[in-house]
Amino acid sequence: MIGFISYLVNGISLGSVYAIIALGYTMVYGIAKMLNFAHGDVIMIGAFVVFSTVSGAGLPPVIGVLISVVACTLLGMAIERIAYKPLRKASKLAVLITAIGVSYFLQNVALLIYGANTKSFTSVVTIEPLTLADGALVISGETIVTVAACIIIMIGLMTFMKYSKSGRAMLAVSEDSGAAQLMGVNVNSTIALTFAIGSALAAIAGVLLCSSYPSLTPYTGSMPGIKAFVAAVFGGIGSIPGAFIGGILLGVIEILGKAYVSSQLADAIVFAVLIIVLLVKPTGLLGKQIQEKV
Amino acid sequence: MKKALSLLLVGAMTLSLAACGNSSSDSAETDSAATEESTTTEASDSEGSGEAVFKIGGIGPITGGTAIYGTAVQNGIQIAVDEINAAGGINGYQINYDFQDDEGDSEKAINAYNTLKDWGMQVLVGTVTSAPCIAVAEETHNDNMFQITPSGTAVECVQYENTLRMCFSDPTQGTESAKYIGENGMATKVAVIYDSSDVYSTGIYEAFAAEAANQPFEIVSVEAFTADSKTDFSVQVQKSKEAGADLLFMPFYYTEASLVLAECDKQGYEPVFFGCDGMDGILGVENFDVALAEGLTFLAPFVAKSEDEMVQNFVTKYEEAYGETPNQFAADAYDSVYVVKAAIEAAGATPDMSASDLCDAMVGAMPSVTYDGVTGKSITWTDGEPNKAPLVVQVVNGEYTEL
Repeated sequence: MIGFISYLVNGISLGSVYAIIALGYTMVYGIAKMLNFAHGDVIMIGAFVVFSTVSGAGLPPVIGVLISVVACTLLGMAIERIAYKPLRKASKLAVLITAIGVSYFLQNVALLIYGANTKSFTSVVTIEPLTLADGALVISGETIVTVAACIIIMIGLMTFMKYSKSGRAMLAVSEDSGAAQLMGVNVNSTIALTFAIGSALAAIAGVLLCSSYPSLTPYTGSMPGIKAFVAAVFGGIGSIPGAFIGGILLGVIEILGKAYVSSQLADAIVFAVLIIVLLVKPTGLLGKQIQEKV
Repeated sequence: MKKALSLLLVGAMTLSLAACGNSSSDSAETDSAATEESTTTEASDSEGSGEAVFKIGGIGPITGGTAIYGTAVQNGIQIAVDEINAAGGINGYQINYDFQDDEGDSEKAINAYNTLKDWGMQVLVGTVTSAPCIAVAEETHNDNMFQITPSGTAVECVQYENTLRMCFSDPTQGTESAKYIGENGMATKVAVIYDSSDVYSTGIYEAFAAEAANQPFEIVSVEAFTADSKTDFSVQVQKSKEAGADLLFMPFYYTEASLVLAECDKQGYEPVFFGCDGMDGILGVENFDVALAEGLTFLAPFVAKSEDEMVQNFVTKYEEAYGETPNQFAADAYDSVYVVKAAIEAAGATPDMSASDLCDAMVGAMPSVTYDGVTGKSITWTDGEPNKAPLVVQVVNGEYTEL
């Protein structure tokens, strides 16, 4: 029983990281209607910035994380401005390919600067682990912070979308960007803001990912990025609570699948569940059915 | 998955660009960063003068996730080539050396091989990782070109008579590890975690499990991970802990090992850690808490701290040139070039021979070659496998120490 709870806690911890990454994916997809495959690599850059500032330059972790958030925000906006904005009228495929190109570009830049050698990431979390049931169950500080951060970010985003002016502009653009423009919404700056928020989230996700799993290479972000994309589709891409639920479920299914079925088949199980969900509900768990009016 | 998708899309992009020449977009610019990068290292300038040279090619990943190994091999070869050229070459002929990137990918390795063949390669030192090596061995077998892999450990890497290796094979490592643990009474209950998506890791594990049946310990838990799920090791570690294992056998590379060690620490699990030669380098992981690896034991062909004169000469030159301590990949690569030299000298071959004739002569001469190098002494080859004894290395006080 303790074993099961321990697996569950680990699953939720991994799932929360997926969820934070998935929030970034889902926001960008919902508003700009594009798959930002470079998102996973912005995570990696975020982690490297913290690595350089905290482990390298010796700054306090909080400052390092703040610098990382700012750097990733600027990076996200720059990517959007340079690589995606000129293609706004181009076909979806062209933008998708550009995103993959940006992804490789970021990986290779990191490879050039930091080299291929694995770096060990020092956790920025200093909270003591929580020991329950006479030491049989240990919940690490990283887990507590990750889950808390994930919930705060989700609630914050939902509030922002619902009540702030720019948030409502985002909703409008996501529903119909042409009509939103006619109503006086600045579509370009709204999309730029979306990328800024998404990339700031990526920086936080990168720090939390590497704090829990302390190895950092230029390819660190790519696999969690793909998994988080799956989580976003699972929960219903474009939906903020969907990304949260999708992320947590994905993490829990992955860990429980490893623990009770087979450690080799963990990914197969995750994707089998995804296929079943999409067969039953093609828009994902919380995805909205958008009806085209004729 | 992403790679396959991106290849498909890059293909589509090439077509669309060809169809409409004026659609220059940012995608072309950004993607160019991802295209295959190759490094050419000319070791000699005698090519233009028409003087005959031996052309040695190298293949390995110098970008991508396994770049650290390819770079080490590239550097190791370079040092050996420079040394040999400075000392007058092989049979009086200089060596020309070119190294191509394969990103650890079989298909790209074949492309790299074809590039090198066009360049005029006569002997191949490569490839670095097992899967591409198996693919390239098929090609060298068809072309009858002499191939020595510094670090391709899978059995199939040396299945043809034109191929041999410098490192241990996977089964040798697995068997030797099990014997060492058993004979030294290191444990009674052993847990194994291995990478089921990797031939290297799986090969070692299978031989280990087979030999374990003859040894006085029991394998109580076997857990796997794959290349796509190597972030979280909490389940594998927890299962090993629950099975009550007092030794954890880890036949995989140190990148994952550093995560497993951190996870064990997190869960308060302290078994004896036993690894394979892929652990070499774990202390070099930047910012790694070496205390986590204290007591980690593994079999390796090479220890940079050894007092052996040849090893010290190599380590000093490598550190001067590249600013880091060479790992076993660099050492195996360095030795591979000298083995090529020894084989050519034993065969009395000259550069004007075709690659195929050269190969026949070298293969014919190999039985008479006995080689002393940085990864072992008096090494001979049987069916492409080197006969050398592994060293036992343990991390003591944050340093690799030979037991």
